[in-house]
Amino acid sequence: MHLHRYEKIWLSLGAGGLALFIVLLCVNAFAMGMAPPSNMEMIDPAKVTETPPFDNPGLKKLSDNEYDAYMTAFAFGFAPNKMEVPVGSKVNFHVTSPDVVHGFQIPGTNVNFMVMPGHINSASYTFDKPGEYLILCNEYCGAGHQVMATTIIVK
Amino acid sequence: MNHTTIGQAQVDRPTARLSLAYVWVAYAAFGLAALAGMLQGMVRGGLVELPSWTNYYQILTAHGVLMALIFTTYFIIGFLLSGVAKTTGGSLHGTARGLGWTGWVLMTVGTAMAVVTIVTNDASVLYTFYAPLKASPYFYIGAALLVVGSWFGGFAIFSSYRKWRRENRGKLSPLFVYMSVTTFVLWLIATVPVAVEVLFQLIPWSLGWTPSINVMLSRTLFWFFGHPLVYFWLMPAYIAWYVCVPRVIGGHVFSDSLARLAFISLLLFSMPVGFHHQLMEPGISAGWKMIHVILTLIVVVPSLMTAFSMFATFETTGRKKGGVGLFGWFKKLPWSDVRFFAPFVGMLFFIPAGAGGIINASNQMNAVVHNTIFVTGHFHITVGAAVALTFFGVSYWLIPVLTGRTLTRTANRMGMVQTVFWSVGMFLMSFAMHYLGLQGTPRRTDYTTYMDHPLALGWMDYQRVMAFGGGLLFVAAVLLILILGYLTFYAPKGKTEYPIAETEAEQHTPRILERWPVWVGVLLFLIVMAYGIPIADQLTHNPPGSPPIRTW
Ligand code: HEM
Ligand SMILES: [Cu+2]
Ligand SMILES: [Cu+2]
Repeated sequence: MHLHRYEKIWLSLGAGGLALFIVLLCVNAFAMGMAPPSNMEMIDPAKVTETPPFDNPGLKKLSDNEYDAYMTAFAFGFAPNKMEVPVGSKVNFHVTSPDVVHGFQIPGTNVNFMVMPGHINSASYTFDKPGEYLILCNEYCGAGHQVMATTIIVK
Repeated sequence: MNHTTIGQAQVDRPTARLSLAYVWVAYAAFGLAALAGMLQGMVRGGLVELPSWTNYYQILTAHGVLMALIFTTYFIIGFLLSGVAKTTGGSLHGTARGLGWTGWVLMTVGTAMAVVTIVTNDASVLYTFYAPLKASPYFYIGAALLVVGSWFGGFAIFSSYRKWRRENRGKLSPLFVYMSVTTFVLWLIATVPVAVEVLFQLIPWSLGWTPSINVMLSRTLFWFFGHPLVYFWLMPAYIAWYVCVPRVIGGHVFSDSLARLAFISLLLFSMPVGFHHQLMEPGISAGWKMIHVILTLIVVVPSLMTAFSMFATFETTGRKKGGVGLFGWFKKLPWSDVRFFAPFVGMLFFIPAGAGGIINASNQMNAVVHNTIFVTGHFHITVGAAVALTFFGVSYWLIPVLTGRTLTRTANRMGMVQTVFWSVGMFLMSFAMHYLGLQGTPRRTDYTTYMDHPLALGWMDYQRVMAFGGGLLFVAAVLLILILGYLTFYAPKGKTEYPIAETEAEQHTPRILERWPVWVGVLLFLIVMAYGIPIADQLTHNPPGSPPIRTW
C-alpha cells in the first residue's frame, strides 16, 4: 500500500502526539491520583434511609479542615439541604440515590459525578475561597429536575 | 476509468422509490425535531414558556429520538441503498429490495409506536432511556422494532454485495459498496447490546414481568451501542466525502486503500470504548476506564487520514483546474455549488469538533464538561453540523437523481442560503453551548435560575445566544424542507448525475482489507477484551436492582 511522503509525516506527527497525550493521561490518573470518580461501594437502593451513614445525611468532621459529607440525591433534591464549612476545608462527598440516576456537580470546581441507585460515588474538593457554592443535579431525573439543587456555604 | 454516465440509468425506478421512502421519513422526522429544538432554545433562554399540555422534557425526548435515532437511521439507509444500487449496475435485485421494504415497514411501525408514547407523555425518558426511569412498554417495543428493521436495511446491502461478488469473482468491490458494508457490519454488531438491553432488561421489567433491573448493566449495554452509534452517523458522511464530493468537484478518489483502511479502523475502534461515556460513574474501576479511553483516542489516526485525503483531493483537483502557488488551488474549487459547499462547511466544523471530542474522552478533563451543555454543543457540531450538512449536500443531488429531476440554478442558490443559515445558527448555538458548559451549565435542563443563584443568573445571556442560533437553525430547516419538496415534486425533469468518483489510475489495494472474517474476528476479540471482565463483574457483583420509577 502506497503512502505519500507528506502523509507519512502527517500521520507520524499525529500518532506521536497521540502517544504522548495518552502517557500524560495515564501519569495524571495513576501517578498523580487524579483518576475519575470510580467508587466501587454498593448499597441497597430500597434501604438508603435505613443504612448508616445515609440514614442521617450530613457533615462529619474528620479534623479541623477535613469533612466527610454523606448525602443523598433524590427526586428532586439533596439531603442535607444546608451545609457550612470554614474556608480552606477539604470536603469528601459521598453520595447515593434511593430512586433514579442523578448527577452531582459543583460549577466552578471539578466536582462532577454520577449518582446511581445501588452505588455510592465520591469526590473531594478543597474550598479555598469563601462563597455560597451551587450544587446541582446534571442528569435528567424527572419533571422537577431543573429545581434539584442545594448549596454549600464556605466562610 | 473515467466513464460517462449520461444516457445510462443512475438508479432504476423501483430502487429509487425505496430510497426515497427512507429519505422522506428522515426529513419528516427532521422537520418535527427542528421545531422542538428551536423551542428548547427559546425555553432555556427564558424567551417563551411552553403551554401546559406539554413540557420541556417531553419535547426534548422528541427532539433527541427524532434527530439522533430516526432522521439519521432513515437517511443513512436510504442513501446507502441508492449508492449500492448505483455502483453495482443501477439497481437492487428483488431480494435486496424486498429486504429494504421489510426494514422500512418494521422501522416505521416502531417509529410510530415510539412517537405515540412520547406524544402521550408516557415516554419522557429522553433518547437514552436510562433505567430506572420507566417509559411505556410500547416505547421500548417501538425502539426494538426500529433496530430490528434497520438490520434489514443492512441485509439488503449485504445481499447486493454478495451478488456482486458472485458475478465479479476476483475483483475488488466498488469503494462505495465496501464502505456501506463496513458501516452495516458496524451497525449489526453495535446494535446487539442495545437489543439485549431492550429485549431482556427493559421490556420484561416495564411489563412488570421482572421486579427490578440491573441499572449499571443497562447503562453499560447502552453505551456499548452508543459510541458506535455516532460512528454509524459519521461513516455515511465520510462515504460522501471520500466518494461523492471528489466527483462533484471534478476530481478523483485520492487513495482507495487508505479510504478502506480508515473504515476498517473506525469499525475496530468504535466498540471497545463505551466507558468514555461512563467516566464519572461509580462501579467501574479507573483502570478499565483508562483502557477504554486509550482505545477511544486511537480514532485520531483514521480521522487524520481522512483529513489528509480530503485536502489532497481538493488540492490536486484545484491544481488541475489551473490553480497555482501555495493556495491558488483553493480558489478553483466550486464554491457556489451547494453539493460541494454544504459538505465542505461540514468538514470545517469537524475540526473543532475533533478537539472537543478529545476533551470529552480524556478522563480528567471529562470532569469539567461531563453532563454540561458543552457536550450538547459538541454533538451539534459533529452530528448536527458536520454530518447533517453533508446529508443536506447529498440530498440536493440525491433527491433529483431519485425523482428524475434536476437541481436548478435557483434551487442551488436557495440551498446555498440554507447552508449559510444552518452554519451560522449552528455556530452561534454551539459556541454558546461550549462556553456555557465550561461555566458548568447542565444539559437536559428546563429553564431555571436555581432560586436566583448569581452563577445561574449569569448564564442567561448566553442561553439567549443559544436561542437565537436555534431560531436561525429552524429557518434553515424550513427552507431545506421546502427546497427538498420542490426537488421531489416540482423541479424540471432531467438527468442528474449520481456523483461517484474513481481513482485516477489503477491502484493496488491489499486484498486483506476485504477479508471480513479477519476483521470481524479482530473486532470480537477487542470487544471481549474490553468488555468481558467488566460485564461479567456487573452480572455477578451487583447491588439489589431498581424497581420501575416514573418521575414525570
Ligand atoms: C433546528 C436545529 C436544532 C436545534 C435548534 C437544536 C437545539 C437543541 C437544544 C437546545 C438541545 C438541548 C437542550 C438541553 O440539553 O437542554 C438539543 C439537544 C439535542 N439535539 Fe439538537 N438541535 C438541532 C438540531 C439537531 C440535529 C440535526 C441533531 C442530530 C442529528 C440533534 C441532536 C440532538 C440530541 C441528540 C440532543 C440531546 C437530547 C438529550 O439530551 O436527550 N439536534 N438540541
Ligand atoms: Cu436531576
Ligand atoms: Cu462516544
